[in-house]
Amino acid sequence: MNFSVLQFPASNCDQDAVHAVRLLGHSARLVWHKDASLGDTDAVIVPGGFSYGDYLRCGAIARFSPVMQAVKQFADNGGLVLGICNGFQVLTEAGLLPGALIRNRDLQFHCENVFLKTATNDSPFTSRIPAEKILRVPIAHGEGCYFADTETLAKLKANHQILWQYCDQGGNLTDAANPNGAVQNIAGICNEKRNVAGLMPHPERACESLLGSDDGKWIFESIFAALKNKTVAAAA
Amino acid sequence: MKAKIIITPKKAVLDPQGKTVQTALEHMGYSGVTGVHIGKYIEIDLAPGTDKAAAHKALNEAAHKLLSNPVIEDYKLEIE
Repeated sequence: MNFSVLQFPASNCDQDAVHAVRLLGHSARLVWHKDASLGDTDAVIVPGGFSYGDYLRCGAIARFSPVMQAVKQFADNGGLVLGICNGFQVLTEAGLLPGALIRNRDLQFHCENVFLKTATNDSPFTSRIPAEKILRVPIAHGEGCYFADTETLAKLKANHQILWQYCDQGGNLTDAANPNGAVQNIAGICNEKRNVAGLMPHPERACESLLGSDDGKWIFESIFAALKNKTVAAAA
Repeated sequence: MKAKIIITPKKAVLDPQGKTVQTALEHMGYSGVTGVHIGKYIEIDLAPGTDKAAAHKALNEAAHKLLSNPVIEDYKLEIE
């Protein structure tokens, strides 16, 4: 499978995303933000970093990069798109995901490991995560507090669009386990069509036990499985 | 000609910066402060002779699309 990993000025987790995909046995290549076309792509990763220096608002300027038109088209056609950290911010600014990411409630940049509870296995990003497994993944962000108004939140809950929530080691959604004040401990969500997802934690940094955790691989494995099913379905 | 845009966080959005500054003001001895909200101010210089109505329309669109995030912010636009 071919993964396109976008590169904006000041993206800095693009190489890690490429590495993770290749490590797990698939192809990945970088796509510069000025490219109007994604080329032969099975899935898109919008990586972490500080695109455009986080000027104005995180992801506010990146969302207008030429490549984002292609990403929107790709997503409209059902293509899988995963936004990680700044990538999540870019996707909310682009309107491909609901809500917004704001400054962490304690105003501190949090660089630490968190525990994630998978809220639903019913998505191309969570289908392979073992039931009840708590994922240990690192975060590194100053503006990762997910916000959505009451109406949007109700829709997210009703449609099972909340994919991951911050929890303690025992899987409890406590306030202490919430690193940034995100509503309902939301760490990641998907869109209504379930083909676009975003999360603040970095699964691409948790694919090798040498780096402290390989729990992130379950998210990639879910995507690989979904892509495989697509190919099988298309061939049928 | 200048366009002045004031961007403020929506009431429903957590404003920890505002809260922090409020605490700082209290510590400094200022009493009677019941709230602090921190926003952004953007000034845009427009070419002289620009049609004010057209500029208003265009900048409202820009404010909605780029300069502010309507999910979490409100804005006020003035052109003088």
